[in-house]
Amino acid sequence: MKLLKLVPDDTNIKFLKWRIPFFAVSLLLIAASWALVFTKGLNYGVDFAGGLEVRATFTQSAEAPVGELREQVATLGYGDPVVQRFGEDNQVSIRVRLPDEVSADKEAAQEAANEIVSTLQGEYSDFRLDGNDNVSGKVSGEFREKALLALLAAMLAIALYIWIRFEWQFGVGALFALFHDVSLTMGMFALFQMEFSLQIIAAILAIIGYSLNDTIVVYDRIRENLKKFRKMPLPELLDLSVNETLARTVMTSLTLLVALIPLLFFGPASLFGMVAGITLGLFVGTYSSVYMAAPILVWLGVTSDSFVPTETVLDQQEKKARGVV
Amino acid sequence: MLDFPTWRRVWLWLVTLICVAAALPSLLSATSIRWPDALPDPMVNLGLDLAGGSHILLEADASQVAAQRLDNMEENVRNTMRSAEPRIRIGDVSTRDGRLSFVLDNPSQIDRARELLLPSINGTGLVREWDMVVEDGNRMILTPTQEGIDQAVSDAMESAIEVVRKRIDELGTREPTIIRQGDTRIVVQVPGLQDPEQLKALLGQTAKLEFKLVDQNALPSDVQQGLAPPGSEIFAYAETSDFAGSSLAVRRLGGIRGDNLTGAQQSFDPQTNEPVVNIQFDSDGGRRFAKLTTDNVGKPFAIILDEQVLSAPNINEPIRGGTAMISGGFSVETANQLAISLRSGALPVDLAVIEERTVGPDLGADSIKRGMLAMALGSLLVIVLMIASYGRFGVYATVALVINVAMLLGIMAVLNTTLTLPGIAGFVLTIGAAVDANVLINERIREERKRGRRVVAAVENGYKEASRAIYDANVTNFIAGVLLFLFGSGPVRGFAVVLVIGLFTSVFTAVTLSRMWVADWLRKAKPKDIVL
Repeated sequence: MKLLKLVPDDTNIKFLKWRIPFFAVSLLLIAASWALVFTKGLNYGVDFAGGLEVRATFTQSAEAPVGELREQVATLGYGDPVVQRFGEDNQVSIRVRLPDEVSADKEAAQEAANEIVSTLQGEYSDFRLDGNDNVSGKVSGEFREKALLALLAAMLAIALYIWIRFEWQFGVGALFALFHDVSLTMGMFALFQMEFSLQIIAAILAIIGYSLNDTIVVYDRIRENLKKFRKMPLPELLDLSVNETLARTVMTSLTLLVALIPLLFFGPASLFGMVAGITLGLFVGTYSSVYMAAPILVWLGVTSDSFVPTETVLDQQEKKARGVV
Repeated sequence: MLDFPTWRRVWLWLVTLICVAAALPSLLSATSIRWPDALPDPMVNLGLDLAGGSHILLEADASQVAAQRLDNMEENVRNTMRSAEPRIRIGDVSTRDGRLSFVLDNPSQIDRARELLLPSINGTGLVREWDMVVEDGNRMILTPTQEGIDQAVSDAMESAIEVVRKRIDELGTREPTIIRQGDTRIVVQVPGLQDPEQLKALLGQTAKLEFKLVDQNALPSDVQQGLAPPGSEIFAYAETSDFAGSSLAVRRLGGIRGDNLTGAQQSFDPQTNEPVVNIQFDSDGGRRFAKLTTDNVGKPFAIILDEQVLSAPNINEPIRGGTAMISGGFSVETANQLAISLRSGALPVDLAVIEERTVGPDLGADSIKRGMLAMALGSLLVIVLMIASYGRFGVYATVALVINVAMLLGIMAVLNTTLTLPGIAGFVLTIGAAVDANVLINERIREERKRGRRVVAAVENGYKEASRAIYDANVTNFIAGVLLFLFGSGPVRGFAVVLVIGLFTSVFTAVTLSRMWVADWLRKAKPKDIVL
């Protein structure tokens, strides 16, 4: 039986040779992502922006009248609604970001939702309400705060853990790789204006976890090789480590990818954004494990001494007592 | 490393079997096969986003509790001083800045006044409820303590939850979940409800019913401008009433509240055929209502619901039967709603809906179907990839994967956790990531073989050397999952739960169980070479 080997046995790609251009490109991408987030802005869903979202199916129609709906809801005077196809052709999501003076009033969002639903129910006989989300400004503010906290806390806690398990340089490298993954994922959400909701925060946290898996595998091998090849120049040693673990990196990312793809295409519409986010993050995370996490170690000056236990005073005393010295 | 004593083997299989068995009731519930009643049946709950239903987050206005408490204290002080022997006269009563202050006409009575107020200031609970100071020898100032306010808010929330529960029960809804969240919030989850509007209307209605005497001396022009004469306050007429748009001045004190009801039903006014609500007072409330109407025959009194005047009829004769009829431009529906609200008691504090999420039952069922399909397809692809890459070792990984999914479901059932829509994504992610450990182990074995190690040594080393990275990777995922659980809310938490439990089950199946199977095979077959 011949087994599938996606990465040939003696693969030896000079990853580190191109570390400076790649790193520069990564830095540019990070900067571009944040520029996009700040200029174009994230398309916040009701979780973070407050307001209401109504999801509905036009049971007797082949296609939902998106343009018509936009006009009808706009005439109700709650500002410009976002009307999007959601899942099947005859399903829509209608999102209304309430004006500040309306959302300040706790009950206003409720009344707006009722008005929109009853108007559309009167207008279309085959309008079926599938669900609605209704979030007041107060709650959405709390969600934003908590989401930011969760992201920061997760990145810091994980970097700290890597520092404890490896060395501080590795902690910094991991943190930087995570920052890269989070930035690029958010940048893509800003670029494509995909809805940014609580689910996307969950997606980013999942990405943080899985991106780290690859990074850890590479780091673990770097540590092992540092102990084994004390005299090898660091760039060469990093290349060796990345190449040795490349099959793992590819396989672990690939198993996750093939598991996700059916969910992306056949899964529930409400999960699409989240799964798309994780899938994007998967590519970004795999790249960062190879091109961000490892090269940083060169600049931070990791040496093979980092992992050779230094002799403590106690050790010396013990040796002396035994008469070894 | 590859040594598995019998006790360990038994223990591992036992854990596996129990966890997988625990998943059976949840799996069978999707089919028509019945799980025997005699056996315990742990079940995975379906979140509202999958089962359909409404999630409503209510927030109480805590400042209102404090204001109400201040009003009650004022009335209490007035009554206490009036009924003191000899009577203590007070004046310049003020409730500004959240504290009650008043001046004694006769400063020598200050010690007596202090003594009389002591019980209400100390309260009935463990905390002192008010601070009392005397200024200028004759002004008494009562300031509520923070502990006292907190206690009052907490009590109000407890009884608000009771009222909410009664109202939802009146709708005949099955298995609602009503829990307090934080200091001033209540989460209501009602599965499979068809009409969330009715529920929200019902929960949003405070149903504070008051009967107060109309201040007939107030100048109509002042009243319409919102200027209340001393001792009176102004309420607007309800939008449904005949006088919508205008206001009414009523005496602030001396009215009664409709707290003491034994019943309330929607009915029709025999004369006008208008929908009304009939209420019955309990004996105490009935007595007070009788006294109010007896003392004030010929005068109008206002029926006030949630700070809005419904109507202000004249008291034609004393009402002694302990029943009353409330009209105010109701429809049958709103009258019925008010009856339910009054029956279940007034909310001690206003509740506002600050978050609502409703999912129709059809959408949820569709999500489950699509999720299952995606999960099956995803698993299939992962299995094909694993077996093609690792042969026999891929088969072990596959069996481990299947057991992993079953165990994950079983543990979720035992812990009585909730499967949400993002939780389905969590399942798929777990499927994709659980085999990571097998990838790391198998690649390492491959490497060890390439370096010329013999089969057993290579496998042993493979498991040993890979375990470090597997451990670290799982810890970092655990950190991310726990933080998501702590900071996330609702459905997203369901995702975190699946991820975190999945970490434990995947290490158990992909590392421990697979090692046992590989060890058994090596011992039995004693292969000279392995295909990897």
